[in-house]
Amino acid sequence: MLDDPRLWQIVALSMAVSLSAVAIATLIGMPLGAAIAVGRFPGRRAVIVLLNALMGLPPVVVGLAIYLLLSRAGPLGALGLLFTPQAMVIAQTVLVLPIIAALARQSVEDAWREYEEQLRSLGVHGWRGALTVLWDIRFSLLTAVLAGLGRASAEVGAVMIVGGNIDGVTRVMTTTIALETSKGDLPLALGLGIVLIAIVLALNAAAYLVKEAAERRFG
Amino acid sequence: MILPLRLENVSFRDILKPLSLAIEAGPSTIILGANGAGKSVLMRIMHGLLAPSTGSVSWQGEDPGRRQAMVFQRPVMLRRSAYANVAYALKVAGVPAKERARLAAEALEEVGLRQVAHRPARVLSGGEQQRLALARAWALHPEVLFLDEPTANLDPGATREIETIIKAFDASGTKIVMSTHNLGQARRLGDEVLYLHEGRVVERAPIERFFAQPSAPEARAFIKGELPWV
Repeated sequence: MLDDPRLWQIVALSMAVSLSAVAIATLIGMPLGAAIAVGRFPGRRAVIVLLNALMGLPPVVVGLAIYLLLSRAGPLGALGLLFTPQAMVIAQTVLVLPIIAALARQSVEDAWREYEEQLRSLGVHGWRGALTVLWDIRFSLLTAVLAGLGRASAEVGAVMIVGGNIDGVTRVMTTTIALETSKGDLPLALGLGIVLIAIVLALNAAAYLVKEAAERRFG
Repeated sequence: MILPLRLENVSFRDILKPLSLAIEAGPSTIILGANGAGKSVLMRIMHGLLAPSTGSVSWQGEDPGRRQAMVFQRPVMLRRSAYANVAYALKVAGVPAKERARLAAEALEEVGLRQVAHRPARVLSGGEQQRLALARAWALHPEVLFLDEPTANLDPGATREIETIIKAFDASGTKIVMSTHNLGQARRLGDEVLYLHEGRVVERAPIERFFAQPSAPEARAFIKGELPWV
């Protein structure tokens, strides 16, 4: 089974989709979380509660919403993205963004308590303060990225709906596992499950080592 | 010149009672008082980190925020090299990139941290980090330097080094405003004393007179090591 090229194509697509979604969500979510952490604006507490709540978005509901947006009759239908890997990246980005933004918001807010007086004394305000703190705690923010990656690589509902689980095009590990299980091919499903867990474990181990090395290096 | 700094009827919640005073250029000002007397709050209001509940704080000249610096009891260093911490402060202050390297190197030399300039700031010892905080201030050439119990967490050796640097600031013409409850340090570094008691300035006097014949009974008791509030 492991020498089946189709299997590795599925693994590669899974990783490409989830890592792309996490990368996009990190680029947007980190500054967004930092801005909410450091900013003072009306409705801030409501925004924080909303953001935290969005961490629990059900993947099938996100899948459905993106499906409606991208379907032929939908507002973005002209882009022709439905049932493509890009649609899967969009859906997973929507799922992962609140997780990364909410966790970054919490981390930056905790750190801001320590940095605020010193930075304000130096004349640092607004965006510069948020970005300075974000950069300074970048290694502890790896945890937020990993939480997002865990969410993306594990979910099946959203990619199933917007990707359509088309063989050779949008079939990823989780949708294959669901399909093969229902077809009764339990060894393939189980094999893919083990590969999925091994990849997630390896990424987490690598991130942990990076974080540990950084803490030794930078204090 | 941004001095004199004037406080008019400044109060802060129930921590500082309304007070008016002026901080003039020249003599090093030591803010003395027991824990909870309001020393830190008073300095933060002067430096602009806290807004007073009532009253006004006024500096002279333009952009006074840029021409003052503060060193805290616990220095907060960014996770980058000692040198980069000083360079960051210069960048924020709008110093052109070309000049940052020279000014940062000079400041690190001044506080005796040239050897560790490229070590991560957070792995330096407590005394070294406080010297780095002073280097960060030195590079900015402030007219006024606020120090909030800068040696409270340090051993005697590190304290001596910090005091030497504070004297160098004074010698270079920077006005020193420092809180402490170390009377020996007040004597070594101060020219005048503001004595705070329960949010009020109960005495302001030249340092020699303050120690020889303090007029406020609370200050007398503090010097004797008595505790009138117990």
